[in-house]
Amino acid sequence: MIVAVCGTPLLAGALLLAAGRRAGRAAPAVAVGVAFLVLAAAVTAAVTRPAARFAFLPGRTGGLAVDDLSAVLAVTVASVLAAVLLYASVEGYGPRFHGLMLVFAGAMLVTVTASDLVLLLMGWEVMGAMSYALIGYIWQDAGHVASADIAFLTTRAADTGLYAAAGFALAGARSLELSTLSGAADPWRDLIAGGVVLAALGKSAQLPFSFWLARAMAGPSPVSALLHSATMVAAGAYLLLRLHPLLAATQWAETLVSWAGVLTALLLGAVALAQRDLKQLLAASTCAQIGFMFLGAGTGSQAGGTSQLVAHAAVKSLLFLCAGAWLATLGTQRLDGLPGAARGHRLVGVTFGVGALALAGLPPLSLWITKDTVLAAARERSPALLAAGFAASVLSAAYAAKALAWAWRPAADGTPGGPGHRTPVPAGTALTALAVAACVLGAVPWRRILGVPDEARPHAWGLAVSGTVAAVTVAAVVAAVRRGGFTAPRWALGWLYLERAAVAGVARPVMALARALDRFDDRVIDGAVRSAARGAWWASRLATGRIEVRVDGLTGAAGRGARRLGALARRPQTGQVHLYYAQAAVVLGVLAAVALLAR
Amino acid sequence: MLSVAIFLPLAAALCLPAVPRRAVPWTWIVIAVGELALVTALWIARGDRGGIAYETDVRWIPSVQAGYHVGADGLSLPLLALTALLFAACAVHSLGRTHRARAFAILFLFLETVCLGLFAALDLLLFFVFFDLSIVGMYFVILLWGHGDRAASALKFFLYTFLGSLVLLLGFLGLYLGADPHTFDMVELTRAPPWPGSPGRAGLTLLAVAIGLGVKTPVVPLHTWLPPAHTDAPAAGSAVLAGVMLKMGPYGLIRIAMPALPDAWSRYAWVFLAIGLAGVLYGALVALAQENLKRLVAYTSVNHMGYVILALGAAGHALGDADARRLAVTGAVTQMVSHGLVTGALFLLCGVLYDRAGGYDLGRFGGIAGGAPALAAAFAVAAFASLGLPGLSGFVAEFQILAGTIGSGTAAAAVTGALAVLGIVLTAALFLRVLHRAVLGPPGELTARVTDLRGSELGAVVPLLALSLAVGVAPRALLDTVEPLSAAVVALVSR
Repeated sequence: MIVAVCGTPLLAGALLLAAGRRAGRAAPAVAVGVAFLVLAAAVTAAVTRPAARFAFLPGRTGGLAVDDLSAVLAVTVASVLAAVLLYASVEGYGPRFHGLMLVFAGAMLVTVTASDLVLLLMGWEVMGAMSYALIGYIWQDAGHVASADIAFLTTRAADTGLYAAAGFALAGARSLELSTLSGAADPWRDLIAGGVVLAALGKSAQLPFSFWLARAMAGPSPVSALLHSATMVAAGAYLLLRLHPLLAATQWAETLVSWAGVLTALLLGAVALAQRDLKQLLAASTCAQIGFMFLGAGTGSQAGGTSQLVAHAAVKSLLFLCAGAWLATLGTQRLDGLPGAARGHRLVGVTFGVGALALAGLPPLSLWITKDTVLAAARERSPALLAAGFAASVLSAAYAAKALAWAWRPAADGTPGGPGHRTPVPAGTALTALAVAACVLGAVPWRRILGVPDEARPHAWGLAVSGTVAAVTVAAVVAAVRRGGFTAPRWALGWLYLERAAVAGVARPVMALARALDRFDDRVIDGAVRSAARGAWWASRLATGRIEVRVDGLTGAAGRGARRLGALARRPQTGQVHLYYAQAAVVLGVLAAVALLAR
Repeated sequence: MLSVAIFLPLAAALCLPAVPRRAVPWTWIVIAVGELALVTALWIARGDRGGIAYETDVRWIPSVQAGYHVGADGLSLPLLALTALLFAACAVHSLGRTHRARAFAILFLFLETVCLGLFAALDLLLFFVFFDLSIVGMYFVILLWGHGDRAASALKFFLYTFLGSLVLLLGFLGLYLGADPHTFDMVELTRAPPWPGSPGRAGLTLLAVAIGLGVKTPVVPLHTWLPPAHTDAPAAGSAVLAGVMLKMGPYGLIRIAMPALPDAWSRYAWVFLAIGLAGVLYGALVALAQENLKRLVAYTSVNHMGYVILALGAAGHALGDADARRLAVTGAVTQMVSHGLVTGALFLLCGVLYDRAGGYDLGRFGGIAGGAPALAAAFAVAAFASLGLPGLSGFVAEFQILAGTIGSGTAAAAVTGALAVLGIVLTAALFLRVLHRAVLGPPGELTARVTDLRGSELGAVVPLLALSLAVGVAPRALLDTVEPLSAAVVALVSR
């Protein structure tokens, strides 16, 4: 069963990719069919709780299993997948798009159901690669490819944390199973936690990694809706929620995660408020909202963090799909190009409004309750966390209101409704379903579903205060936008200059080092080899020039001597018989003399 | 049976002159595929039992106790299969190439026997003979079928690796002299390691063996023969050189150096850790700076072989956890297989580019995915396999190596392993750079000339990548074969 949940989208996606253009027009229908199949399988799995234990690597047991948290995540991923693909089915994307989306969903399902680090890491990294391929979907454009590069490299740099954590887990716990990590021996437990937190910060675009999500917006809007808001970027929060016992076992990891989350919520909230582009605004707000999930994970609020994740998934995929619809028809996603958009596309406008109000934390919509659950847990830890978290939630009301106000402004040319635009039925269905989810998800009994009945719940007065403040903020911002908006500080508009810092501080020095080492390799290392070869040649020259001359000279002299002797020996051979007789007589005489002397 | 498998290609090579010219390419393919089937059958028939199978031991040079001793175990079989597969891929890839096709086929069949023989040899002299013959064969491949500055590259390759093999011979003589009674037999040497009482001489012997094998691997800083040899070799030659012949180095370390010199190996394990780490980081960084695609792929070989050396170094840390060290050795063997598959495919694809456009310059390509989608897709899959994406073989190898190295639990291994993790970011960066500049983006100067893969090229590359996928998704078939061998090696090193 669990293999069907994860394997179906992986297999179907791979087949679509392999078929390529041959899949042709059938691809969207196939993808939507598979997505609903996966949704059915995920819901079944959430009820039946299947588990498959196997060892991907010999001797390292692990596998896939569905527990409370996994069940919620699996259903969330499958639902958003179905909604987004349903929406995209009429947008004219090809087999490559649908194949990549399905493989992504399969990888995400593996990640959220994995019970050991190998499988988790596998799903985790495949998600990153699919994100790369989908951001660079329009590969002819070098800018899009560069954005994909930055997104993949940044997340992979953080993923090194998980690779290292797997090694530390082997050293400290002799096992890769997630449930054993919190019991690892000192100092390995701290190292594991460090690696896990690093990977989570990177994947979830928390500070200081947030900039890659800005670049990820180069991808098509359905991609932003599925990967870069609802599911993949939330995987970091999932990992920390899953491994909360590990965080709690160390002294520092809970605090670090909480503060990283709340600071991201604050600073990226400011960034979101400053943006002039709808997708950029939504991207920064994604970082900020995931910051609340991190705050939940860091303060031990499973219910708060998880419900925030699920509600945010519905809200943000809805908002991105709406942004995509406007981009497709208006050709712009700049906020000041939006006036008239919502009035022209009534269904899109209304659902966008619902999503934006939910994002603002307006009662009784979902994020109002989930965020307050997180804040209630933060209150139990430290007042400073609560204060920062509350400030961040005011900011979220402000940026949501800014987007809402621009979208619902009448068009500049005075046409009150704009041209009537009919949303295709599948797209409309998807938007409506997501909008309903965005409204009601706060009311789900999360504590019971997740099996954590004793966790902090929001206080009535807290809910009242936050609801009121959100409403006031929304009203104030809408009024401000009506009056012409406000100027944003440059640091917020530029995403805190994070990308510039990463390029100047990491990418350029590494590239310079690479070039320097290349020269070193050629000049010094190969140079040494070449000079050794040259040395051998010189030695041989030396040998021919000096030593060979002597040796050769010696043999030459011997030869010349022999030749002279030969010439001498030839002299007696005159051919005249009397001379031979004379010679023979001389020789006989000599022999006789020798014989006489020798005696 | 193993000997039949080893010498079948050579026998076929001897018959090839009698085959009509037209039939030569297909005869070669049939032989290569038949050989692959034979080796696969040998592997399947043996399963994943430990110990040596298909052993043959015949007296050869009795005066020095050298024999024709061959056999196959969990280390040999995957490499024998890889060899047969890559040579078959080369045969398919060469279909339709007419330049001295018969001589090319004969030389490759000869090289196939040499490589198979090396991975089956259980006698040092036999190993050495095959080792040197492989150098001679590859010299002629580069010299006669290469391009660019091929004569210089071939000569550099020959002199450098031949010099290395001479040092290796010194090391083998050291092993021979240290054994009591003197022998070249690897099984005997493993049973009773030479130089039992003299660590100094064992260390010197290890030094000679390691330098000899290190040149072939190659390890930093003995690697500079590799880039020119690859750049100027024909595609099939590069594929065999990288895919099969580089494996001879680490294979020799696992087969000879670790079991026969266990004490010296664990004493100097830190050296191998350091050299491995240097290979990982240095190879990736230098590759990152390359403008020539084939040179870049050549440097990634330095990086990938660095992982292997790193794992073998970690395996030598006798204080470390045996379980984790076994994982590292299994990872090292997996990396050898994975690198053969993936880098073999990458070099064949580079060859396609050269065929079409006559160059490897990254800056002159761009957007080849437009006119050649299959080529682009194959290249992307190979690149992601090489950078270690899960689901493909590189991940299985590198994960095991890194986790095993760090997990062995000694401080030195953990720190080295954690630093080596940075290598996966660098390889990602360099392959994304290649994809960005050559495969995606707007078209470049030479892009128009790049047409898509032909049938024979697809037939050569797709099986390699499909196997990489198979290893990445279901690695147990391979790993279960290797596991007993890894356990044995780790046990031998820690005795």
